Amino acid sequence: MSTTHPRAVVTAPPTVPARRRKPGLRRKSAAPWAFLAPAIVLFALFLALPIGYAVYLSFRAEKVSGLGLGKGTRTEVWNGFTNYVNALSDPEFLASVGRVALYGLLVVPIMLGLALLFALLLDARRSRAKTFSRISIFLPYAVPAVISSLLWGFLYLPGVSPFYYVFDKLGWEVPSLFSSNLVIFAVANIAIWGGVGFNMVVIYTALKAIPTEMYEAAELDGCSQIQIATRVKIPSVIPSIIMTCVFSMIATLQVFAEPTTLKPLSNTISSTWTPLMKVYRDAFVRGDLNSAAATSVIIALATFVLSFGFLRLVQNRAFGQEK
Amino acid sequence: MRLTTGFKAAAALAAAALLVTGCSSSDDAGTGTDGSTGKASGEKVELTFWTWAPNMDKVVALWNAENPDIQVTVNKQDGGDPAVTKLLTAIKAGSGAPDIMQAEYQKIPTLVSSDALADISGEIPADVAAGFPEGIWNAVTLGSEAVYGVPQDSGPMQFYYRADVFENLGIAVPTTWDEYAAAAAAIHAADPNVYLGTFSATDAGWFTGLAQQAGASWWGIDGDAWTVSIDDTATEKVASYWGGLVEEGVINNKPMYTPEWNAALNNGTEVGWLSAVWAPGVLEGNAPDTQGKWKMAPMPQWDAAKPATGNWGGSATAVTSQSKHPAEAAEFITWLNTSQDAVNALVTESGIYPAYSPAQAGALAEPPAFFSNQPDFFEIAGETAKTAGSFTYGPNVNVAYSAYNDEFGKAAEAKSQAKFLDAVAAMQKVTLEDLKNSGFSVKE
Repeated sequence: MSTTHPRAVVTAPPTVPARRRKPGLRRKSAAPWAFLAPAIVLFALFLALPIGYAVYLSFRAEKVSGLGLGKGTRTEVWNGFTNYVNALSDPEFLASVGRVALYGLLVVPIMLGLALLFALLLDARRSRAKTFSRISIFLPYAVPAVISSLLWGFLYLPGVSPFYYVFDKLGWEVPSLFSSNLVIFAVANIAIWGGVGFNMVVIYTALKAIPTEMYEAAELDGCSQIQIATRVKIPSVIPSIIMTCVFSMIATLQVFAEPTTLKPLSNTISSTWTPLMKVYRDAFVRGDLNSAAATSVIIALATFVLSFGFLRLVQNRAFGQEK
Repeated sequence: MRLTTGFKAAAALAAAALLVTGCSSSDDAGTGTDGSTGKASGEKVELTFWTWAPNMDKVVALWNAENPDIQVTVNKQDGGDPAVTKLLTAIKAGSGAPDIMQAEYQKIPTLVSSDALADISGEIPADVAAGFPEGIWNAVTLGSEAVYGVPQDSGPMQFYYRADVFENLGIAVPTTWDEYAAAAAAIHAADPNVYLGTFSATDAGWFTGLAQQAGASWWGIDGDAWTVSIDDTATEKVASYWGGLVEEGVINNKPMYTPEWNAALNNGTEVGWLSAVWAPGVLEGNAPDTQGKWKMAPMPQWDAAKPATGNWGGSATAVTSQSKHPAEAAEFITWLNTSQDAVNALVTESGIYPAYSPAQAGALAEPPAFFSNQPDFFEIAGETAKTAGSFTYGPNVNVAYSAYNDEFGKAAEAKSQAKFLDAVAAMQKVTLEDLKNSGFSVKE
């Protein structure tokens, strides 16, 4: 159903302009612009302009003279690519990029793997209490990241965590999740907990769109339920998995709320733990908007290259059959 | 006891005397402006006041009732950091700033550097300065001839401890840092779950206070250049001392102000806190089960012969550079922070610890409710407040503080004394480089 519907829409438009071509050139050229105007104005005002301003700021710098006390001691000057060079040569920034790469390697496969597993389980014929399970798996997604980070933060702190209380009673020595080697798992866990439900719903919806005749045919050919899952269901939902993968990668590059909320609870999350946290620190703690703008532009470009690079890489496999 | 009453009487007398001079001088200022300027007498001046102190509107109502010509409107802010961000935005925009602004001491150089505050040295009575401890007054002058605000409250540091635990273990209250270290070891040895305190890598203001006590002043002005001396011997001494305790394991390494820390204060696994005079309010909220078990003593000392303390927190009231009525605004903030009526109201309504020494005794007669078992609470606090050293903040305190979080976070996690000293060196480097990169004149 969902695959045939968009095609009907795609084939429809050519007939509409054909009818309108008669009433004259002027109306023909004005009408589309009138319809596009709200979108163009909003896009220009709230996306293009701020991005342009950020790019402008990234090439500027504020210079202080003397003690910097009193009037007229601050001037804005052109700074060329210095802000970019500084950002890219900052060991803290490079470390944060490495950290986020590791974090992404943890979060994306585990989150999507769990989402796929839950979606397949919910879709299996013998599952019970489907609505309840679906809602309870989806529910964490409805919890804002700051709130879930606070909740998990409480559970991670050995002094107040019921888990550590039990470990203690059992005589187990469990290291704190806030220790330097484990803190990345502590943050990844929150993202996975919050993200599985959303991705599961996307994949589950795609599974529901598979015609049941396919399963019947597979069963007649002697497929077990597991074989149906691996040979029929998973290949059919590959486009959804790729889409969720791109979204998850973008979310990973922009991870901010979880580590920022956990930061005051630990010694191990620095103010530049992720690239976006560095942007925040530069802009609002150090008051250096220009460096923050340069780093933001770098992150935006990296996100762009990664998402489109990934899409290009998997395009044939994912969307090949639609062409 | 006799000393106590004597001290109170003297302070009350001094307060009364200053109150009289305060009134007369403000009268002078009033007639002066009326006579000398072209401003029509009786013209009503409206002032706006950004502050986050609770119930400030009630304190201001006292002023408004007595000064129909200078009406002040309170505009409640979310807190120190957001208010500064808003003010700096308004200054950059050229309009929208209030006339009067509450400003934390460590933010004043940043605000002055952004040309957000007016120099009111010509608008306030000359004798006001004498009523403030030197360290506090220095924070509003930045060591110059200019005056960028009138101090409101301060946070002199003291040692808060569980008197019952010390008594049970037969440990004397430490008066020197050596005794503090011995007490920490003894308490931890008696029960390995219990700590006398924690080294918090998330509270830069706390560590600044400890360094100040040891004689540090991290920034300075030398001619027309800034100096940065975070890696001076005083700070290194403090860092090395705490690094040693953390490495030994007798002091905890977890941050303060976490649910875990709150629980530890309440359940008796954290039995001491080096904090400021506002500590009773925090303890009352976080550790209600321990009511009546805490006591306060002056800070442990590096040199018992020369008692000293540091400040943790506190703010001044300043006039912004956009105010069209700096004289009237200065008159108001002088009244607010130095008149007995206003200081009494600040203590009862806003719960602050006033910085103005002559008005303290009159306003702080009763100990805080959580420390009702210690009637001399504010006498000790007043004595220690006088011993706060002078400390100059620079124009990039935020940079230094965020470097503190990052660098001391690593050191505390590593539990290594050597790493604590590395952290001091890293803070110095980051802070100094930031000043240079911004273009400030810096002398090394």
